[in-house]
Amino acid sequence: MANYSTNEFRSGLKVILDGDPCSIVENEFVKPGKGQAFSRVRMKNLKSGRVWERTFKSGESLEAADVSEQNMQYLYNDGEYWHFMEPDTFEQHQADKVSVGDTALWLREQDTCIVTLFNGSPLAVAAANHVDLEITQTDPGLKGDTAQGGTKPATLSTGAVIKVPLFLNEGEIVSVDTRTGEYLSRAKK
Amino acid sequence: MSEGESPLSWRPTATNDALIKRARLLAQVRDFFALRRVLEVDLPVLGACTVSDPHLDSVSTEAPRSYLQSSPEYFMKRLLAAGSGAIYALAKAFRAGDRGRYHNPEFTLLEWYRPGWDENQLMEEVADLLRSVACVPDSAAQRVTYRDIFLATVSLDPHRASLGELAALASDIAQRDMSTESRATCLDLIFSFEIEARLPPGIVFVHDYPECLCALAQLGVDADGVTVARRFEVFLERRELANGYFELLNAGEQRRRFSEDNRQRKAMGKPEILADEQLLAALDAGLPSCAGVALGIDRLLMHLVGAEHIREVIAFAD
Repeated sequence: MANYSTNEFRSGLKVILDGDPCSIVENEFVKPGKGQAFSRVRMKNLKSGRVWERTFKSGESLEAADVSEQNMQYLYNDGEYWHFMEPDTFEQHQADKVSVGDTALWLREQDTCIVTLFNGSPLAVAAANHVDLEITQTDPGLKGDTAQGGTKPATLSTGAVIKVPLFLNEGEIVSVDTRTGEYLSRAKK
Repeated sequence: MSEGESPLSWRPTATNDALIKRARLLAQVRDFFALRRVLEVDLPVLGACTVSDPHLDSVSTEAPRSYLQSSPEYFMKRLLAAGSGAIYALAKAFRAGDRGRYHNPEFTLLEWYRPGWDENQLMEEVADLLRSVACVPDSAAQRVTYRDIFLATVSLDPHRASLGELAALASDIAQRDMSTESRATCLDLIFSFEIEARLPPGIVFVHDYPECLCALAQLGVDADGVTVARRFEVFLERRELANGYFELLNAGEQRRRFSEDNRQRKAMGKPEILADEQLLAALDAGLPSCAGVALGIDRLLMHLVGAEHIREVIAFAD
């Protein structure tokens, strides 16, 4: 892969730092009146999700990271790996527990999600922002209680537990925001 | 970008308020120097030579190879050697690659020279100028040596600390291994990231720089018997605004610094810059003892209009 010099650093650029793929969040150019210029760079480690702040001399360079994001269809979980398929090529990829992380709670078979590939292997998986999932377990709904107010826990088909309004019943489909884990609305079956 | 605006914006980057204040500032600066009988000089921005400073990259033109000047310094020194007396230039300067919140590759520089003065007298005049154009209170100007501000902020003596101590602190600040870096790089890093933001408010002159940061300043010996570079930097509300020198006069020393610059440029993989022989000839003929300073007009304007980014004060920023 190519190298990027500090003057090419901009937000979203993917580089390798300490062996890990990172995405540049911010690059600040700092130069004293006379003398060495620096780039203070905030970058997100795409493996750990942690944000690093590092300072480079102007003109230093980092290796480009072969990182891409692709829409893929989630196929199934074999107990150890989650399997995904590229819709155009039908090429399949398997992702381990570390790269799937909490996203596993929102993955429904056949759904499209976003898989981040690093050197061709899944690095991270993100579900669509909104997903529709079936309630598999919750206390019986209170008839007529459609007013605002109380919530109760409900287990969804993927295993996620969210808070839903009191009037909902098992078997109903709800729309959920996967970024916050919050109930959005009742969805059509 | 707001809705409906085309991605290719033709609009100025500066506000109208900033343009009005820029025009007023330029007029005030000219009035200030007219009253003090300092002559304005209009110099080439395109020259056959350029500075060799390893940390400055000039913008160059092809066939014939010329350089957009990164400051009017060499032309001004040739004028001084020819007997011009006190002079100032208020013009565009160019530095390739300098781009950020406080940097634009093309910017406006005010540079002036005072024959017969030293850096102490020139610091007074810089304070006078800032008071008259930037509404800074009379009291709000103080001086501190590079050593004292280092000791007060990071508890290290910049002249006497070992390179190991400086590199350890620099590594800590950069969050990277800086143990192979030069003393100058470590000092620049510590100053830029730890000290500048903690300077006192108002106008602050930092002076008596370490020898390794001498640039084109004469060397001197401070009260503690340490060799220091007789240069100063001016900060306004913790933002670097100007750089001044008790100017180097010796052609031999200037030639030695040119070749040292080129040695560093080579090590950095940058093209060597031919020494400006006309400047050296002028120094041979005799540059009068003088102090000189260069001040960034765009940064001063940022202060005057309360801008967050330099593009807000430049009509069409890069």
